[in-house]
Amino acid sequence: MDLTLYIYKTIFLFIILLVTLVVAMYSTYGERKVAAFMQDRRGPNRAGPFGLLQPIADGVKMFMKEEIIPLSANKKLFILGPSIAMTTAMLTGVVIPWGGIITIAGREFSMQIADLNIGILYVFAMVSIGVYGIMIGGWASNNKYALLGSIRAASQMISYELAMGLSIVGLILTTGSLSLNEIVAQQHGMHWNVFYQPLGFLIFLVCAFAETNRAPFDLPECETELIGGYHTEYSSMKLGFYLFAEYINMFISSAVIATLYFGGYNMPFIDQIGLSPNMVTLLGTFFFFMKIFFFIFLFMWIRWTLPRFRYDQLMNLGWKKLMPLAIFNIMATGAYYYFTELT
Amino acid sequence: MQALTNRSKVVSDKKMTFMERIYIPAILKGMSITIRHFFRKKVSINYPEQTREFSKVYRGQHVLKRDDEGRERCTACGLCAVACPAEAITMIAGERKPGEENLYREEKYAEVYTINMLRCIFCGDCEDACPKEAIFLTDRIVVSQYERSSFIYGKDILVEPLDQSLRIDISARQTEKVLNFKQDKRFAHNK
Repeated sequence: MDLTLYIYKTIFLFIILLVTLVVAMYSTYGERKVAAFMQDRRGPNRAGPFGLLQPIADGVKMFMKEEIIPLSANKKLFILGPSIAMTTAMLTGVVIPWGGIITIAGREFSMQIADLNIGILYVFAMVSIGVYGIMIGGWASNNKYALLGSIRAASQMISYELAMGLSIVGLILTTGSLSLNEIVAQQHGMHWNVFYQPLGFLIFLVCAFAETNRAPFDLPECETELIGGYHTEYSSMKLGFYLFAEYINMFISSAVIATLYFGGYNMPFIDQIGLSPNMVTLLGTFFFFMKIFFFIFLFMWIRWTLPRFRYDQLMNLGWKKLMPLAIFNIMATGAYYYFTELT
Repeated sequence: MQALTNRSKVVSDKKMTFMERIYIPAILKGMSITIRHFFRKKVSINYPEQTREFSKVYRGQHVLKRDDEGRERCTACGLCAVACPAEAITMIAGERKPGEENLYREEKYAEVYTINMLRCIFCGDCEDACPKEAIFLTDRIVVSQYERSSFIYGKDILVEPLDQSLRIDISARQTEKVLNFKQDKRFAHNK
């Protein structure tokens, strides 16, 4: 690897990290605003114009709070929990293609940090490890509510990861690749996968909600029943990390949905406008972020619309509805390709 | 049993139809409701910058009026204290001495006049009872205090200032109609 590429990748990595953090930060603001607007309220509007400095105020508050580690907690695991949650949440962004190819001084650079040929599997692996953060944190707290929360998180993950994985298989059948970059490239010119895999998309969307612990599947947190669930005992920035990791996950999940099903950085009629390649790339990235923001909004929209599922309803939905549907989706897709290739 | 209103819904545990079981129509319906609320006008008032408009006849802190020449109207008859359902008003009457004609309108006046704002329920009965148009409720708020004793308002707070420009406006509560009603001889309170 030559030096220019090395420097470029490092800078790009930092930019992505920064963007992820800023987006997650303002997602907290967005969430409060969306919640407020849907309930005919105004939301935070005191810190700065339109309350735009609210996330910073919240961050400062989180840092200033006293840090409490319960006496009976397992101290090492207690600290490890939020660290895992935060780290894995940040790692996922590496394989997502944030844009096309950008040309700087005659050299072509890809707007993706690592074009893994098993990109999808990497995303799944990272997201699954994220659950350990919740499980370990809940278990180490030595608190019954926290434990209940982490048990719920674990069982929820098991039941949803399966359906999620299966829904992706249908997608892989149509694309024939596990590399996210290639999947996006194939969707050029409105050949978005959502038109070929509507059922798979729906299952994936539902599972993404469960995966990020968002309402209506926010059972591990469950303020009303479990007093905050797995992070009951957490305070200060460790709590902040958990909450923040959720928003990063939401951002990454939206990015993954946009990448897999909504054409990533592709935008319609881009070839007809006739812009320079660099402009096309930047516009594509902008469009990609618009898609991501739409899905983040969708996440919030759903959260402030639907009530929480009951535990058994959730299991029922995961195992008895989504999984058979996903398998059906695979069969149908497979049958379609088998017979069309036969003729 | 006969239904009092037609709004009650009969609960049933019938089997859900297929469309109900897949939830998606219901979810979309719910989402359309929330998005409509998203763009609705907000009802909140940005408090320190904006304040909610009071009713014109809001019943807040009392005022003891002076007449046009600056003399206290109150004659310490005690009707307001009698009318008060919360027993918040007490007073001690005094006799006007020669040379005090510019202070008190009639020979008798209230030396001490206190309203316990913690007892007061702001019903406005004192105002109705007053035959001299001396006490009125105004649109001013009784501010919060740290001690209970601070809520016993004496004449220093209740009587309005002498200065014409600082007089408390009660024209919204003392309209022609109200005045006529109070002085109408056909009603029991004037017989």
